[in-house]
Amino acid sequence: MGTGSARALALALALLLACSDIAVVTAQETERIEGSAGDVLEDNPVGRLKVYVYDLPSKYNKKLLKKDPRCLNHMFAAEIFMHRFLLSSAVRTFNPEEADWFYTPVYTTCDLTPKGLPLPFKSPRMMRSAIQLIATNWPYWNRSEGADHFFVTPHDFGACFHYQEEKAIGQGILPLLQRATLVQTFGQKNHVCLKDGSITIPPYAPPQKMQTHLIPADTPRSIFVYFRGLFYDTGNDPEGGYYARGARASVWENFKNNPLFDISTDHPPTYYEDMQRSVFCLCPLGWAPWSPRLVEAVVFGCIPVIIADDIVLPFADAIPWEDIGVFVAEEDVPQLDSILTSIPTDVILRKQRLLANPSMKQAMLFPQPAQPGDAFHQILNGLARKLPHGSNVFLKPGEKVLNWTTGPPGDLKPW
Amino acid sequence: MMKSLLPQSQLRRSAAAAARSSGGGAAGADGAMADGGGAGPRAPASSTFWFLLHALFCLISVFLGFRFSRLLFFLLFSTTALYHSTTSSSSAAVLRATTTTTTTTTTTTTTTNTFMLSFAAANNPPSGPANRTALEAADNKGAAASGNPQSHVVVGRHGIRIRPWPHPDPVEVMRAHRIMERVQEEQRRWYGVKEPRQVLVVTPTYSRAFQALHLTGLLHSLRNVPYPLTWIVVEAGGTTNATASMLARSGLTFVHIPFPDRMPHDWADRHATENRMRLHALRVIRERKMDGVVVFADDSNVHSMELFDEVQKVQWMGAVSVGILAHTGRADQLRLSEEDKQNMPLPVQGPACNSSGHLAGWHTFNSLPFSGKTATVVGEAAPVLPRGLEWAGFVLNSRMLWKEADGKPDWVKDLDAVGENGEEIENPLTLLNDPSSVEPLGNCGKKVLLWWLRVEARADSKFPQGWVIEPPLEVVVPAKRTPWPETTTELPSELLDDKQEQEDRRLSRANKSSRPRGTTKRKGDPQGQDN
Repeated sequence: MGTGSARALALALALLLACSDIAVVTAQETERIEGSAGDVLEDNPVGRLKVYVYDLPSKYNKKLLKKDPRCLNHMFAAEIFMHRFLLSSAVRTFNPEEADWFYTPVYTTCDLTPKGLPLPFKSPRMMRSAIQLIATNWPYWNRSEGADHFFVTPHDFGACFHYQEEKAIGQGILPLLQRATLVQTFGQKNHVCLKDGSITIPPYAPPQKMQTHLIPADTPRSIFVYFRGLFYDTGNDPEGGYYARGARASVWENFKNNPLFDISTDHPPTYYEDMQRSVFCLCPLGWAPWSPRLVEAVVFGCIPVIIADDIVLPFADAIPWEDIGVFVAEEDVPQLDSILTSIPTDVILRKQRLLANPSMKQAMLFPQPAQPGDAFHQILNGLARKLPHGSNVFLKPGEKVLNWTTGPPGDLKPW
Repeated sequence: MMKSLLPQSQLRRSAAAAARSSGGGAAGADGAMADGGGAGPRAPASSTFWFLLHALFCLISVFLGFRFSRLLFFLLFSTTALYHSTTSSSSAAVLRATTTTTTTTTTTTTTTNTFMLSFAAANNPPSGPANRTALEAADNKGAAASGNPQSHVVVGRHGIRIRPWPHPDPVEVMRAHRIMERVQEEQRRWYGVKEPRQVLVVTPTYSRAFQALHLTGLLHSLRNVPYPLTWIVVEAGGTTNATASMLARSGLTFVHIPFPDRMPHDWADRHATENRMRLHALRVIRERKMDGVVVFADDSNVHSMELFDEVQKVQWMGAVSVGILAHTGRADQLRLSEEDKQNMPLPVQGPACNSSGHLAGWHTFNSLPFSGKTATVVGEAAPVLPRGLEWAGFVLNSRMLWKEADGKPDWVKDLDAVGENGEEIENPLTLLNDPSSVEPLGNCGKKVLLWWLRVEARADSKFPQGWVIEPPLEVVVPAKRTPWPETTTELPSELLDDKQEQEDRRLSRANKSSRPRGTTKRKGDPQGQDN
């Protein structure tokens, strides 16, 4: 009897030791990321929603791309890659009756200047023409006036279709898209060009290019703050004060003599490598508050310092950006060095652990072909989280909400 | 509150307003615009007050012009606001552009001034509508900032905020460096070696002219090693003060072991003695049961930091690639034929692997081109070559040397059995029964992690003991008659007198004929001095 109990005790002890060993071994380097919507970065959208892709004539998509293949490489390329992804995705359905969401593949940002910048002047007409097409050929637009349709509008100010902020605010979001869900890179709170229920996505950054510039992870991070980019846009804003609301100029004037700040307009070939050797990477606003720097900072494990008042960051409900990045108000830029050096070390280490989480990096990228957890899937997850559709989505027969005749007369011309 | 400056027409209204606010926010206020500097909205009855104020401003604008009137009010406000402002404004920024115009989206663009910071200090508001002055509150007819009344992010020209002293603060710089150190430590913990082992560095040395040169270099390399380290220094001819003082100043943990024999003067014997010294050190490690990785660092070798990271991976015995630098020390080159030059092998000693990454053999230094021209005596001006395999290219796990150790492989000989008969221990492979179990390190020997070089002076070369000069140096060339180009500046008279005193002292000590003290400044006249 005594030996039996002793043996049981020994067994229990051994088990306890083994369990404690296991507990020690699983001390994690990374932390799970939970946003306000919960731990949703790794959700699989397949089975949670169905998307019907309208078959538009190629003048809306393929012809534009053939005319200018540079559209595949600039930071607005997400609209093209989203179309390609949806065409072969498991969430696609060929039966529109069972679809939860409808996607219209119109490449509104594919009209490029010789320098490669998109001209948005024809985009409202293009969008109107596409919507008119789907409204006449399928009954699904009129049934909900677009409330169960989504559009990818990755341009500077989203569906306001202008690169100048004042004009964009003046135009406002295209009236026909009032009820639709917009998937866009622009996000700023209380701004005309961000409507409720939009899904903010990261700008497109080429994943292969970033992969080829990875350096060994044990390279010590010896740069404190890193930034490469313009501080003054002398071409468009020679006096300064308009560009970036003066924030970038303030960064330059206050910290150009500070050895902790490796900032300059000079773009070196080791740009990606240098980001991997930095603790903080500045992501100030430019002409628009978003920038691919955020994606690069996340991929390279550099803590993003976001200087853009009221910005809405990508997938804000899935990713807790306050825990991951440092937010600095534009008026606090002169004290940026004090702010950054007074962050407690354990907070910094926690941010680095969150950034090291591979699902975080994956969520910011648009890899070809698509991989689980990437930005395409996050968009679908975001759409799935908006389901089931509310009662105001489907209109009663005869009810009309949209006004098809508002807007500047130039936009009403057919495309 | 001094109301004497207020115009008579507004006195009643301001009195009413002031009475209502009970002087809370306007403590110490003076000046006509005190109320304008106050924070927050006033009682509703003051809307007429604002209207009258606005009318006053418009009137003044007619006389002074629009921009000048704004400047005037800014100056007026700033002087009053300065009286209000607390010391917290010491860190407030100063506007570079003093006027900020906000263009709103109404059809008539109204330009307003926002006086950012000297005001903000007075009013302590967060950035927001409260930041605006009375003017703007009156002007802004609900015009959209970003198109939305709640938003305070304004489109348009903003001032560029620059703080008064845009230079780094040393305290913050130190904090930033501490942050970076902590981040790097964490990086090492994640991606570097999981359980760093102690490094036991075995160095045979002896006191000679070049010892300070070699030992200082090695000392600095070891100080930079990020792992716990013990430096085992074996000194031939017994311990000397020179070596001991260098070790003491190094700040490292060291063990200074005397070795009875003196270092011989020719290279062959010197190599043999060094081997015996190393073996002696290994025996000490065994006696004291020191735990860690044994690295053989000769004092004249140069080590890279990656070497110490790489040796952490060794299980029992490892081999690394050593770059062998055989320096001729002479201008004339070896007579090499073209064919020889083509076939010249790499000056590397190290493990050679087969295609599957296992040890297949050894790559040694080819000494054929040097045949007949190598140095035999230490300090001879001829290339010094290694013999066979150098100890520097091997690392051991110290447990391999212990009498009893867990998991000690059977292909390791017992240390007592080695060298007790006085036989030559050429290289550490003699410590093993089976040399094929050595682990190749450094990407299978592809990376050269240290360099072997032997540079020595003749055994009888003179050097100051401990490199401290006593007595002071003699003048060889007077400072004014230097071989290098003259500068035009004259020595100041005090220095010249000092020099004269020193020379006088030297002369008196050296018992030379004392020069008459009466001689005045000698401008480099080398009388009686040997040149």
